[in-house]
Amino acid sequence: MSCWETLADYGLRSLGIGERLLPRSDFTLCQQVVLIGSGMIWNIYFGTLALLSGFFLATAVAVGKAARNPFARKASEWFILIFRGSPLFIQFFFAYFVFLSLKSSYPFFDPFTSAWLGALIVLFLNTAAYSGEIFYGALLSVPKGDLEAADAYGLTGWTRFRRITWPTMLRLAWPAYTNEAIFLFHATALVFFSGFPTRQQKGDALYYASYFADKTFNPFVPYPILAGYFILLTLTIIGIFGLANRRLNRHLPQARRGRLKLRMNLIR
Amino acid sequence: MFAFCTDPGTLDGLAWFACYLTTGKHLAFYGAFGTVLLLLAITAPAALLLGFGGAVAARSRIPPVSWIGKAYIAIVRGVPDIAFFLFFVIALDQGFEWIRHKIRCPDWDQPIRQGSDFIVCAEAKLPLSTAPQWVHETYGFLVAVLTFAIVFGAFAANVLYGAMRAVPRAQVETAEAYGLTRSQTFRRIIVPQMWVYALPGLSNLWMVLIKATPLLFLLGVEDIVYWARDLGGTKTPQFTDYPHGDWRMWYFLALLVFYLAFTKLSETVLDRLMTRLTRGQATLAGEAQRKAGA
Repeated sequence: MSCWETLADYGLRSLGIGERLLPRSDFTLCQQVVLIGSGMIWNIYFGTLALLSGFFLATAVAVGKAARNPFARKASEWFILIFRGSPLFIQFFFAYFVFLSLKSSYPFFDPFTSAWLGALIVLFLNTAAYSGEIFYGALLSVPKGDLEAADAYGLTGWTRFRRITWPTMLRLAWPAYTNEAIFLFHATALVFFSGFPTRQQKGDALYYASYFADKTFNPFVPYPILAGYFILLTLTIIGIFGLANRRLNRHLPQARRGRLKLRMNLIR
Repeated sequence: MFAFCTDPGTLDGLAWFACYLTTGKHLAFYGAFGTVLLLLAITAPAALLLGFGGAVAARSRIPPVSWIGKAYIAIVRGVPDIAFFLFFVIALDQGFEWIRHKIRCPDWDQPIRQGSDFIVCAEAKLPLSTAPQWVHETYGFLVAVLTFAIVFGAFAANVLYGAMRAVPRAQVETAEAYGLTRSQTFRRIIVPQMWVYALPGLSNLWMVLIKATPLLFLLGVEDIVYWARDLGGTKTPQFTDYPHGDWRMWYFLALLVFYLAFTKLSETVLDRLMTRLTRGQATLAGEAQRKAGA
């Protein structure tokens, strides 16, 4: 079987398209590369959607934590504390079992027990808490002069927030937010190891990597392939966020433009 | 546990719970919290030690040593940590067995990797197949500890490497002016002063380490996640004296609260430690403390 055929059979296997049975013996390098790559579709799906949706909640949480209103402040603080103070792994398990018990009384919650929705919600809330804390820090360091200038121009309320506070906050938070994005994509590897079941062996990259490692009893091939994919993904994220960073900083004099300095983060 | 627990069928309310929560399996569950704390207690110093070694190696003036140190720091970045955990557990196990195989069975002529099998001679198996159950469990735990130490050692090396470079240049220059050698400068000037620069990074690492402990479950150790799944599952009267529905949600809620309390406690303690270490340092915070005291 040539590598092209393998690609046609297993390229979209993680979505359930193509060959139904996974390879069982005589594993070729091509099969491992294709299947693990196919699993990356799920990592990208979870990471992208959680990041996009989490971004808005994160802004709300940051504004809430900086607000004078004690209810908004306390609610945001507790939200951030709960999701940043406990392991994501436990959050996945807890959410899965909550959805499972809700499902038994309300059929509406049926899709929530599948990874594509349930795990996405956990990741969404989790990244909103982490990015909310980052945005909050940036919000506090928006220069006073900028806000005074906005007042002088007669900008108030929503206009002032949208034109002045929010872009400056994003600009200041961007390097840390890039880290958070990388970190979130890494966290997506946990999904299928934490309660959420894989149906018909439709799993993510790590799921297939550990499948091969278990079958061949040789960790030295699948895990480096996985690592290669994740390094590519990380570089892509850095590239995209770098473009956004350039745009956010475009009004600054050339010398003051901060280049993205990255400090990789670890586990959540 | 209690005298009135002999016939659980007749109990209800608080008494039932008092008996239920003290069954043998629950005691094992509580013991598993000890496993987590033990893991933290062994891993934290081990990772710090590895990290210190890595940072010193990365600073070395001998290129190959410095490359090894820098590669060690760089290698754990960019890839999901959980992949490292899954990788190292198998890789370390196979590595140990391979070394023992080379020593114990030098005249073994078959290849070790035969297709999908990894075959070493019986004397090289780790632990030996004749060993009692607790040896197997301890070995699994030790491999997990080593894996944690290697991964977190790289993170700690990164923090310490940065901290060593953050010690003010003037301090090192003064030491040189007094005629201290490079190693004396390192021992007497850099190491005592670097901790205050390292502490924010290390305390962050400690929080991350706490939150990584449930991954023990993936490494095959019977930890709190294992027991929470086991105990919480639906129990029918045929198999247990304490039948109940699916309570896994509540068990994981308890774990969530445990971790929240633990991180909160660590935060408080580390804040105190930071205040203590800042005293008398030539930093902004140290200066502020001096002024407040005067």
